[in-house]
Amino acid sequence: MTSAPEITARPSTADAAVPTRGRRPGLYREISRGAYAVIAVCGMVVLLLAWWAYAKFGNTNPLFLPTPDRVARRFVDYAGGDLLTDAAASFNRVTIGFLLSSAMAVPLGLLVGTVRPAEAAIEPTMGFIRYMPAVAFVPLTIIWIGVGEEQKWLVIWIGTFFTQVLMVMDNVKRVRRELVDVGYTLGLSDVSVLWRIVVPAASPAIWDTLRITLGWAWTWLVLAEVVAADDGLGHRVTLAQRYLQTDTIFVALIVIGLIGLVMDQAMKVLGRRLFRWAERGNA
Amino acid sequence: MSADKLVVRNLSKEFRVGRESVLAVDDVSFSIAENEFVSVVGPSGCGKSTLLTVAAGLGDPTGGSILVDGEVIRGPGRDRGVVFQSYSLFPWLTVRANIEFALRGEKIGRVERRLRALEQLDVVGLGNFADAYPSQLSGGMRQRVAIARALSYRPSVLLMDEPFGALDALNRRTMQELLTKVWEDHRLTVLFITHDIDEAVFLSDRVLVMSARPGRIVQDVPIRLERPRRVEMQTSEEFLELKQHLLKSVTSTDPALAAGGRR
Ligand SMILES: Nc1ncnc2c1ncn2[C@@H]1O[C@H](COP(=O)(O)OP(=O)(O)OP(=O)(O)O)[C@@H](O)[C@H]1O
Ligand SMILES: [Mg+2]
Repeated sequence: MTSAPEITARPSTADAAVPTRGRRPGLYREISRGAYAVIAVCGMVVLLLAWWAYAKFGNTNPLFLPTPDRVARRFVDYAGGDLLTDAAASFNRVTIGFLLSSAMAVPLGLLVGTVRPAEAAIEPTMGFIRYMPAVAFVPLTIIWIGVGEEQKWLVIWIGTFFTQVLMVMDNVKRVRRELVDVGYTLGLSDVSVLWRIVVPAASPAIWDTLRITLGWAWTWLVLAEVVAADDGLGHRVTLAQRYLQTDTIFVALIVIGLIGLVMDQAMKVLGRRLFRWAERGNA
Repeated sequence: MSADKLVVRNLSKEFRVGRESVLAVDDVSFSIAENEFVSVVGPSGCGKSTLLTVAAGLGDPTGGSILVDGEVIRGPGRDRGVVFQSYSLFPWLTVRANIEFALRGEKIGRVERRLRALEQLDVVGLGNFADAYPSQLSGGMRQRVAIARALSYRPSVLLMDEPFGALDALNRRTMQELLTKVWEDHRLTVLFITHDIDEAVFLSDRVLVMSARPGRIVQDVPIRLERPRRVEMQTSEEFLELKQHLLKSVTSTDPALAAGGRR
């Protein structure tokens, strides 16, 4: 949540001769939207320039580090070819895997966050499994269910579900106790308090959890595709590696990043719409 | 005044923090008659909130019990309305919806629910803010809504934990007048917790003084100022005497206060 920039009076020129005192605080100072955009674009341009300069003059093998313009050309090729199929395949997988995981994690997190015996039964186990590297599960999932779509979903699920449960649990625990207490003093049942108070109160935080974990789901998807898939952006990376097409790898990575960014921003905007009250701060 | 509405019987409450245990309330007994307004004052940390929490049914006593209408309290219920010290409105609901939320338990239709919510908002002078969100209100206004909400479903007992504690002096004054007026018009049994002795005297029929932790009731002072209460009374001789008396008994229970005086 950013606060609106304050409107401040500019010191008039007439005052220029008057000495000033006090040091203006620099941290957390707001800037205008325009300034923000300009700096953001500069940041990207600097990165591109650095990349380009290093690829061109850094005495590197262009096979290892292609120049931005080569990547751009490859992008145009790819966009005319399989890009859309690959992106669609990846997008579908991540959506299904992520929805499966979220649909299970949110209710479970609500339960674990509000009912202590459920927490005792589940939380320690989850905390333990969470630290098992999802990467190491990939071979197992292939042994279990082959290399079909379900295996991609399973990898995504393993990578996101356990952490999601713990994060949702935490979101639920942070609901202000007074609000819950009010519900009880109004005579609501446990279920009503959960449904009418805990869920709405925690939903902005849960939404953020989903937004953050969606980013991770992408990572797990690419992993699953890199290891075994017939299409998808991750698969494209593996394919390109086989033929030493580093420029294609770059394109795939950039596309993955872009889709992730778009989804993230979309969820951000949607969340802001859904939870206007939370933007306005707590009461 | 008729039979006892609320009876606190040998109540004690102990908290365990790690290995240590803190005795917050120690063998407290008192009772409140039907439609009586009773305040509890005492130094910070003496167990006032703890007492109220147990009366609300939101915490179990370690020993003793609290009875309402002769029945031992086991949990919260609609017979007891609670106004908390901190803001407790639902931020995702408008002011009106906050009150309608409380009225969901009544067997009334939507239209009537809406009308009663608006009516209750008028009582606390916020009729024009029905469609505002809590975050758009000042602290005093929010607390007024919380009071309206607690009154809306007509509980027979009202429990208030320093409801004006976070307000500035001016707002506080307004709210005290408002509460007195509402209470004098509607009459219900009130247990009111406060730091503020002026406030306690102005509002109450009786003021109980609690000692520093472990909390015990050390004084039970009837306030026989006439009703309706008016702000001017706060400068009357009688008022000042009561205040002096209470101040002395509160400070004598708390060495820190005795040394520094109240803020
Ligand atoms: N949940 C808790 N766990 C442990 N100790 C607690 C708990 N709640 C209260 N206490 C302790 O019990 C004592 C009484 O607390 P309480 O909140 O009832 O005081 P109070 O009189 O309401 O104070 P204040 O006027 O500052 O609100 C305090 O010493 C506090 O530290
Ligand atoms: Mg308190």
